[in-house]
Amino acid sequence: MGMRAPLKNVRGLGSAKEGTTHWWHQKVTAIALIPLFLIAIGCFISLVGADYTHVRYVLGQPFISIVMLLLIVAMFYHLKLGMQVVIEDYIHTESTKVFLLLLNSFFCAIVGLSAALAILKLALGG
Amino acid sequence: MVELTLPKNSRVGTGKTHPKTDGATNTKTFNVYRWSPDDNQNPAIDTYYVDLDTCGPMILDGLIKIKNEIDPTLTFRRSCREGICGSCAMNINGTNTLACTTGMDEVDGDINIYPLPHQPVVKDLVPDLTNFYAQYASIKPWLQAETPSPSKERLQSKEDREKLDGLYECILCACCSTSCPSYWWNSDRFLGPAILLQAYRWIIDSRDEHTGERLDNLEDPFRLYRCHTIMNCANTCPKGLNPAKAIAEIKKMMVERR
Repeated sequence: MGMRAPLKNVRGLGSAKEGTTHWWHQKVTAIALIPLFLIAIGCFISLVGADYTHVRYVLGQPFISIVMLLLIVAMFYHLKLGMQVVIEDYIHTESTKVFLLLLNSFFCAIVGLSAALAILKLALGG
Repeated sequence: MVELTLPKNSRVGTGKTHPKTDGATNTKTFNVYRWSPDDNQNPAIDTYYVDLDTCGPMILDGLIKIKNEIDPTLTFRRSCREGICGSCAMNINGTNTLACTTGMDEVDGDINIYPLPHQPVVKDLVPDLTNFYAQYASIKPWLQAETPSPSKERLQSKEDREKLDGLYECILCACCSTSCPSYWWNSDRFLGPAILLQAYRWIIDSRDEHTGERLDNLEDPFRLYRCHTIMNCANTCPKGLNPAKAIAEIKKMMVERR
């Protein structure tokens, strides 16, 4: 290490030639989440005090279920991208980093898919 | 894991207090970070009293006076004393800046001086910027063109020249990069604000023809995209430049060329 020229370390394995897609998708999902969250929060507020059947009925309406599905997809994708960056920023032990990155991906996929399935069941009357 | 506390041998203790010089009534207190590789001691803060009646107005004047008249062992870099060489970059009362262009009257109360943050220390206020300079070399900071050199200089329109304003003034003092948390945690791979601003300076130079290769070299989750627009760089730049904006322009070009 001490005998290497500093430029050798800086050039390292070279540029990964990617990162733009990740960055761009994070921005796009961030913008998409603003209206989706507003509609979803408005919907939840209007449902305060409603009974179980009515909540099921409203969440099963095409417009609401599409908003909810889009929200779930955008949110968990955004979460996956964001947490990945946080882990890469702060965790420098290779094994811990890989473990947490996998955990992050699996968590977002499992919880996101479960939430989407719940909405689909309501929308398709399962 | 990121180090949120200093390692044991880097914890800063209290050092020597040098007495006021005889007859000095109008003094400014300097608390200065001291560390030497030779004596196997932890870093410490030494206190000096600078007689303002016999001293120039800038913080660098105060440091030079300390070195000349009170403590010749105090080590720091300085050269031009007018904000163009970038040598005297240091952390003054919590902000990275140039000692030569910061007046003692700009600081209320004591003046606390540390080396630039999160770099290895060579001695006292002298940081080891080897990695920073190697990163600068990695972006090839010179004009690259395929068109053979004309018999005279390569011409540039007034408008194209203006695109370099706010970039060419960078003196590579490293104030911005060492103020960036992302650079603290990942300086082994993230190029940092100063180097990315310099990279952009060549990317938008109308005479440079290696724009694509330059973007290729930067397109990396760490080299470029560790910038999370924290903006400490723009906040601290002693030349009033905005490296964060240069980085944003690079990111825009990355999207544009897809």
